[in-house]
Formats: sequence, C-alpha cells, structure tokens
Amino acid sequence: MKAWLPTLLRLAVLALLVVFITSPGWFEPLLKPLTENGAPAIYNQGSLLTLTLQHLRTVLIATVAATTVAVALAILVTRPAGAEFLPLSRSLVNIGQTFPPVAVLALAVPAVGFGEKPTLIALFLYGLLPIFENALTALTTLPGNVMEAARGAGMTGWQRLMKVELPLSTPVILGGIRLSVVISLATATIGSTVAAKTLGEVIIAGLISNNLAYVLQGGLIVAALAVLIYDGLSAIERYAARRMGQGGE
Amino acid sequence: MTLRFDKLGVVIAVIVAYAAFFASFATFRANRIVPGQARPILEALPPTLGMLLLTIVIVCGIVALLKTPLILRLAASVAALVALTILIGVAGGFLTPAGNTFARIAPASGFWLLIFAFTLLLADVLTRLNLSPWSRVGVLVLAALAIAALLVSGSWDSLSILKEYASRADSFWAEASKHVTLALGSLAGAMIVGIPLGILCHRVEKLRAAVLNVLNIIQTIPSIALFGLLIAPLGWVSVHVPGAAAIGVRGIGTAPAFVALFLYSLLPVVANTVVGLAGVPRAANDAARGMGMTDRQRLFDVEFPLAFPVILTGIRIVLVQNIGLATIAALIGGGGFGVFVFQGVGQTAMDLVLLGALPTVALAFAAAIILDAVIEMTATMRRVGTA
Repeated sequence: MKAWLPTLLRLAVLALLVVFITSPGWFEPLLKPLTENGAPAIYNQGSLLTLTLQHLRTVLIATVAATTVAVALAILVTRPAGAEFLPLSRSLVNIGQTFPPVAVLALAVPAVGFGEKPTLIALFLYGLLPIFENALTALTTLPGNVMEAARGAGMTGWQRLMKVELPLSTPVILGGIRLSVVISLATATIGSTVAAKTLGEVIIAGLISNNLAYVLQGGLIVAALAVLIYDGLSAIERYAARRMGQGGE
Repeated sequence: MTLRFDKLGVVIAVIVAYAAFFASFATFRANRIVPGQARPILEALPPTLGMLLLTIVIVCGIVALLKTPLILRLAASVAALVALTILIGVAGGFLTPAGNTFARIAPASGFWLLIFAFTLLLADVLTRLNLSPWSRVGVLVLAALAIAALLVSGSWDSLSILKEYASRADSFWAEASKHVTLALGSLAGAMIVGIPLGILCHRVEKLRAAVLNVLNIIQTIPSIALFGLLIAPLGWVSVHVPGAAAIGVRGIGTAPAFVALFLYSLLPVVANTVVGLAGVPRAANDAARGMGMTDRQRLFDVEFPLAFPVILTGIRIVLVQNIGLATIAALIGGGGFGVFVFQGVGQTAMDLVLLGALPTVALAFAAAIILDAVIEMTATMRRVGTA
C-alpha cells in the first residue's frame, strides 16, 4: 500500500500542473485573494502553456549541448592522448562553478545581445560543470578487473569505450545531467531579466506590478516541473543502474 | 635538440595569435551607451609600447607552445598578465581625447582573450606545482594586492568601468557591504540552525527523510520567485509583530532576501552535517563509548571533529552560492552588487554590468579558494591525527 503512494502523489502533481497550464482560468478564485486593487489573478500577457514550453525548450537545448560537450571532454581527458589536460580541466571545473549565473548572463549580453541567446549560454556553461564532473568521476573509477577483462578479450580502445566504459558510466553521468537540469530550470527564470521568453517573465511581471498571484504561479510551475523532472530522471537512473548490474541505490 | 610542443600550449598559442593579430584590444565609444569602434593593439597604444606588448605576448606565447620548464612558464604567464593589465590602463589614457569626459574606453575581446589564455597557462602551472593550501592562499593574496595596487595607483582610471565607479563611489561601497552582509549573515544563520538540525536528523532517523525532502523542494523554487513570495509574509510580520519593523524587517528590501538566502543555505549545511556524521567510523564511536564518554562528550570530542571537513564542504558550497545569489536580491530592493548589474542591463550600459559582475565573481572566487584551502588543511590534520 505504501509503495504506490509516492507514485500516486507524483501523478497528482503532474495532473494538476497540466490542468493549471492549459486552463489556468479555473484556478482564478484560488489566487484572487493574493491580488490587490482588482488586478488580474492569472497572467494575461501571454499563455502559460507557451511560456512553459519555451522554458522547457530553452533548458532542453542547453542541456543537450552541455551533455554532448561535457561527455566528449571527459572522454578526451581520460584517454592517454588527453591525459595532460586532466589536472587542469579539474581545476577549471572548480573555478567555473564559482561564477554566479547572473554574472554569466549579464556578461553574455554584450557579446550576443538580449533574448534567448545569453540565457542559453549561461545555462550551457552552468550545466557543463555537474555533467563533466560526474562523467570524469565515472570514467576514472571504473572497476580495474572489468577493464583488464575487456583488454584481455582483445577489444580495441574504441570498442572498450563504446561497449564497456560508457555503458558502465551511464548511471553516474545521468546523475550529473539530473543535477544540471534542475539547476537550469530555476536559472532559466533569471533569463527573463534579459528578455528571454521563460516562466521568469510571469514572476518578474508579478514583482514589478506587486502582484503576488503572478509570483506564486510562476514559482510553483517551475518548482513542480523541477520536482517531476528530477524524479523522472532518478527513475531512469535507477533503471540504467539495474541494467548495468549495479543493483539500484 | 628537437622542439617538442606542449599540448595545452598549442591551444594557448592559437588563442594568443588570434587575440593579438585579429581581435581588437580596446573599444572606443563617444559616450557610454553608443556602439564602439574596435582598436587593435598597435592603434590602441603609443607605437613603442604597442610593439613592446606584441613582443611580450608573442614571446610568452612561444614559451607556452614549446615544452619548457615550469618555472619559465610561470614567469611567462605572470609577465604577460602584468604587461596586459598595466598597458590596458595606458591604452585608456592614450585613446581618450584630451579634456573629453564623455568618451569611454573599454577593454575589448582581444584583451579578454589574452587574459584568458595566460590565466589558463598560470592555472596549469599552479596545478602542476601542486601547491600547499597555504601557498594557494598566498598566491591569492599576492594577486589581490597587485590588483589593489593598480586600482589605487590610478593607472586604470581612464577605463570605462572605473568611470562608472567614479560616478557612484559611495553607493558602490554601500552595496558591497550589503552584498557581503547578506551572503555571510545568511550563512551564519544557516550554520546556527542547520548544524543542530543536521545532528538531530542524524540521531532521529524518521526526521531525516522528511527534513531533507522539504529542504530539497525549497531548492527547486526559482530564486526570484522565492524572494518575491517572502515579501507578503514579511510585510505582514513587519506590521503586526511589535518591534519587527524597528529591527529592519520589511516586506521589501533586505529582510526577504536574507530569509530566502537562509532557506537556500539550509540544505547543503544540513545534508553535509548528516553525511559527515554518518561517515564517522564505528570503531571511533565504540572506543569513545568504551572509555565511558557521555553522548554529549562523544558528539563534541569525537563525532563533530571527525565530521568537520565534510560540514566545511557544505559551508563552502553555501558561501559561493550565496555570493552569487545575493545579486538577485537587487530585484526586490535588497541591495548588493546586483543593483549595478540590473541597472546596467536596463540602460544597456555594459560597463555598469561589469562594475556589478566583476566584484561578485572575484568575491566568489576568493571565497572558494580560501575555503578549499581550509578544508584541505582540516582534512590533512584529521588524517595525521588518526594515523
């Protein structure tokens, strides 16, 4: 009885989220008490559904790009030819993590202008780090006996990478992607300060017009998305770990 | 003798060559918001100094490209960085027409790329030297002193970012102190509440999952929304709780920013306290019990010291994260360097954005290096202590 309770809860959150962004009008009486002077309770300068989809699209593009680059870099520095770069890339990752997202966003504006581009750059750079770190950890801590066996079986470097190293590293790399996505979902809202179309627009409109209902609905949609995506990716991660015979958590 | 190339050196040399010959060194603008005109090194500096800088940059680039001793690479990277930082100030004075106070000279992409390339070289040398924690802090202090000397000497005064600073010198330091107070104050609050909460979660298993879940969910709320959501409850407290308004609790301003940063800080502190305490070896605990230590003594004399490096790691995450997040406080009137960032974005005055962003990055970077050094020191002390 207890096992399906969390699943049910998640399905309920998902259903509520879908209903809210497709027909937000139904929730108007709930949010009305939060507004003052008869201000609208539901964001009316654009559809919540479109903003949500654009928000997800921005995060998706940035994450796919970050994953490709981060995993490729991690593979490069763990090959004999790139081993020279390993210590430096570690320190660069540490340094990179100290850059605040707002600063990256603001500094990207002079280079590429306002809109979606600076947001994509900030999310890409910020998303690189957790994925690179996890990919590096996974690729450098593979069990020695497995690698020996692969070498003994006469596999070439490329075969070892594709058939042994990457599959074994998948669960840990997925963990990095999950962290990166959750950070990006929240950071993307800041992108609206430089005119990117994300759910941050709703929150900022609320902050400017002192409309708490806007702030709440924008914040809750992003939080619900983050929680659901986090759980979804955790499930995929556990599945991948089981397939690799690493037996779940 | 055959020449051998350094792999990272190839990357650095390519960046240096592009930045020195194809990118612009400084940008000239007639006033602070119009688009600028690019000036390469030889046009941005008096001819002799221009040639000198090109020579220094090329020689140091070649040192990076070839396999050379570490000490030579260190000297080359430092020499190039010093030449670049001094000469960009000279370029500012050279390009500003006499008596013109509207013209703005800013470092351009070539300058930033050269700085990036030689910082990369310096970072590589420092990583390979495998410095002790104390020397890393020493390098940081040296770099900070060098930058402070350049700022105080006035050699950068003709650059646009310092012109922005000059017109807001008072508010800059006021916002700086607000920024630091927000970041450090919320961290202190999170430590006072988070560490005991973490100890409690370690002892009471039922509490652990619940507390960590709630804190996890708080982390998923976007910062600008959390800041906004706290305005209403704090406004209510300010009006209805006697004395709250007197100590500065208000709906907008520092109070909601402080509470939001505090809430974000709790998860890393609590989670790391729990992980740290869980990692205390059973044998240590058993020995302590065998010696007849009370629970309280065990906590303070055994568990806590052993868990300390892990708890410190949580504190490092929080401090770096708070220094960054405090910029967003400006959106709700909480002050901090974010004020300049958002004003700059609003006026499309990028120098103003830099005036807010560069100190934030520098603060976060310094905090990370210092705390990393402290963590390494406590961790080695522990290893020596238990060996």
